[in-house]
Order: sequence, then structure tokens, then C-alpha cells
Amino acid sequence: MIDAKDNGSIIQLFHVHKYYGSKKALVDISLNVSKNEFIFISGPSGAGKSTLLRLLYLGEPVSEGQILVDGMNLSRISRKKIHLLRRKFGIVFQDYKLISTKTVFDNVALVLEASGKKRKFIEKKVRSVLRTVGIEQKINALPPGLSGGEQQRAAVARAVVGIPKIILADEPTGSLDSDSADIILNLLKNFHAHGGTVIVATHDKELIRKAGGRILHLKQGHLYFPG
Amino acid sequence: MATYYHRAVQDLRDNGFLSSVTIITIALSVLIVSAFALFFTNANDLMNYWEKGIKIMAYLKPGTSQKNLHDIKRNIQEIYGVQDVTFISKEEAFKKLEQQMKRQSSILMNLNENPLPDALEIRMTTSSQRSEKVEEIATKIESMPSIEDIEYGQQWLRRFTNIFDLFRLAGYTMGGIFFIAAVFIMSNTIRLATYMRREEIEIMRLVGASEKFIKGPFYIESIIQGTLGGMGGIAALFITFRLISSTVENSFKYELFDIKFLSPEFYCGIILCSIFAGWSGCYISLKQFLRT
Repeated sequence: MIDAKDNGSIIQLFHVHKYYGSKKALVDISLNVSKNEFIFISGPSGAGKSTLLRLLYLGEPVSEGQILVDGMNLSRISRKKIHLLRRKFGIVFQDYKLISTKTVFDNVALVLEASGKKRKFIEKKVRSVLRTVGIEQKINALPPGLSGGEQQRAAVARAVVGIPKIILADEPTGSLDSDSADIILNLLKNFHAHGGTVIVATHDKELIRKAGGRILHLKQGHLYFPG
Repeated sequence: MATYYHRAVQDLRDNGFLSSVTIITIALSVLIVSAFALFFTNANDLMNYWEKGIKIMAYLKPGTSQKNLHDIKRNIQEIYGVQDVTFISKEEAFKKLEQQMKRQSSILMNLNENPLPDALEIRMTTSSQRSEKVEEIATKIESMPSIEDIEYGQQWLRRFTNIFDLFRLAGYTMGGIFFIAAVFIMSNTIRLATYMRREEIEIMRLVGASEKFIKGPFYIESIIQGTLGGMGGIAALFITFRLISSTVENSFKYELFDIKFLSPEFYCGIILCSIFAGWSGCYISLKQFLRT
């Protein structure tokens, strides 16, 4: 069993495997992610990028190996404490995962409500974040009434509003036009500039080229460290 | 708690259609159960009222003296289960017979003398209005020396009691089945409503909401839906009751029998049951979703 040590790493993976039955999704992944790093995990569809991200926030458990996140050993976390791990992350999902019956404000405010913040603070903070991502005028809109780019920006706003330590973004520009993709990238860069760690899973080479940062490559479940 | 309540009310508004369907389904379930309970309690009261009409007629031997009559009345009154004893003289009985026969009463005019005997009308206490008890009392009275004959509708009484027993047994059984079915429907309605929102629950978990934060508003919503559904069902029953009771009451106006609505204890109990059913449905759903 591996103990959590503060050695400048915020995420550490030790020989992580993930199987779905007999299918190997991830094979022997070992990785250190330092605090305030900007990492891209690239690779074709089905390479295991989303699976790797899901393992980090315990969206599903590892089959073998161990993961440490900001001093928490994921193998030792009880079901009732998972929310404490997830509060370390701001997650931008590929399919946005916005609650369709709640307004943009309520979707973003959810993160702050869940961590017990006061109503007045939430009002102020959510408005401020929505202004930053450029959709303040859509504050009372329901997600189905937003464009793809606006939904993605709402998802980013929700990811950053709680000032998490790490942002995980799964194909954050996947279905967006070039302008919308630039806005999302700038938001992630801005978060990184303020000391946050960012991990982006994408197959968008243009996005990787524009952003800079460390690039990891996943192919058929194996992780490669190019150059 | 106030935050949870605020969120629960907002969730009910946000999921307006789903919440309305849930409340209406609960209200209909409550309406069916309470309508049956209303019918059954009134039918039961009516049967109890009819049972009170059971009486024994004891016919006295001719020439029974006034002193003897006094002793017989006292002896009958002392039998356990007898409520009151009324003397009906042969003249009174004849007058009653004349009134009952109406147009055919002319037949009685041809009689030279009154053929009817003096009689005692005996009524039983509520607890003794059962066929076995009535028979027991009747046997004791019949064995008294000044009593010539006795009548209490032996055959009719036995059938009447059997029908009553059967009706009550069927009523309790059906009531029980209706109740269980209603609890099941209410519980599953809330369960399905919670199931429809499983994605919302999943998203809340992913953004770091604790189980308490997720469950709290859902429980409050299920309690609100159970309360509103329960009250709605009782209110609908009350309105229907008011609309039709006047018509039904006219049919019973000669019977001195009042049709009553359910007692406050009973309908409060039904509302509490609908709250519990809603809560339990929510509990089962959340337990399933949060386990995965």
C-alpha cells in the first residue's frame, strides 16, 4: 500500500490497470502530475483517455494499481467520503452533464451549495464566473435552450466556480467552432495561470498546439511520453 | 434544514410536471382507499343501527295479575344483557295492529273479542345483540312460569348475523388489500419520480455533493408530495361526499340514521400513511442510486 507524501505531485498513478471483463482499457499506467501543471492526454477515440480521467475522480475504480490525489489514496476512500475527493476537481464532461431542468445559475451554483457556501456569496460568485465565461445574459436560461458552445462554457463555469485544485476536461472543444474553442482554452489557461492544475483529454491537435504544456499519448490503453 | 427545504420547493417547481403527476397519483390512491373506508364505516354503522332493532317479544299467559307482571318484569330486567322491558297491553297491541293493517282493518271489526295477549317487549344491550346471546336470553325468559310464548325472529336473526359477519370480514379483507395496494402505488410513484431524476443525482455526486446534501431535499419533496397527495385525496372525497350525501340521506330520513364523513383521526392517519409511503419510495430509490 502506498502512502501519501507531499513531493510536489498532486496526482500519482502507480501501475494502474483497468479491465472491462477481458478487455484491457488501461495497461500499467504510472504517472506523476505536478501541482500547477497543464497536461494534455492525446490519443484516438477509444484509447482510454476518458477512462483515465474517470479513475482520477473515482467515477469508477481501478482494477489494479493505486492512485493518489492531493494526499488521498483512492483505494482507502470510503463511499461516504468520495465527495471530499471530488471537491478537489472541477470536471468538464464531454457531454457537459448540465441538469436540464435547472437554470444556468442553478447548475453553476450547485457546486457552491454542495460545499455549504452562503446564499449571498453564491449569488455574487456565480454571476462573476458567468461574466468571465461570457454567458451572464443566459443566467436564467435552461441548458436545452443554449448552443453547444454556451453549454460548454456553462460547464466550464461550473468546473471553476468552486476554485478546485485540479480541472479535468474531457474533449472540452470536441463539438465547438474555432472561436468557442479559443474561449474555452483561454478559460482553462486562466485557471492554470492562477495556480491550478489542468488535465485535458483531447484528440484535437490544434488545441494542443495552441495551448502548450506537457503532452502524453494514450494508445490502446498504453501511455507514451513523447519527446 | 432551511436550505434543504428551499431546494426541495425549488426542485418541485423545476420538475413541475413530474411533481404534479406524482401528487395526482397519490391523491387518486388515497381517494380510492378512503372512499372504500367511508362506505365501509357507514355501512357498518347502518348495520349496527339495524342490530339495535333486534328485540324479543314475550307473550303473557291470560289472567296474569298486575303483581305478577311486576315480578316478571323485574326478573327479566335482572337477566344479564337486557337493556329495558316494556309492557304492551293487549289493547295497545290491538290498536297497533289496526294501524298497521290500514284498509284491511275492517276485518278486525268482526271480531267479538281481542285475540291478542298481553306482551313484554325486551330490548338488549349493544353487546348482547348477537344471535347466540339473544337465544340464551330468550330461553331464560321462555322458562318463566307466566310466559306463554316467545318470538324473536329466530331464523331471520341467525341469517342476519351471519351476513353481517361475512360483510365485515369481506370489508376488512378488501380494505386491507386496497390499503396495501395504495401504499405500494404511492411508494412506487415516488420511486419512479426519483428514478426519472437519476441523472440529476449522478451529476450532483460528480460535482462533489455529499449524500446528505443529495438526499435531504428528495426526502422533503417526498414528504411534501405525500402530504399534498393525501390532503388532495381526502379533499376530493369530502367534496364528493357533500355532493351525494344529501341524496343518500333522503333515503334514510325515516331511519334516524346519519351518514358521517371519516373521523379526523382516520383521515389524519391516511395522510400520515401517504407521507410514509412517499418517504419509503424515496428511501428505496436513493438507496439504489447511491449504492452504485
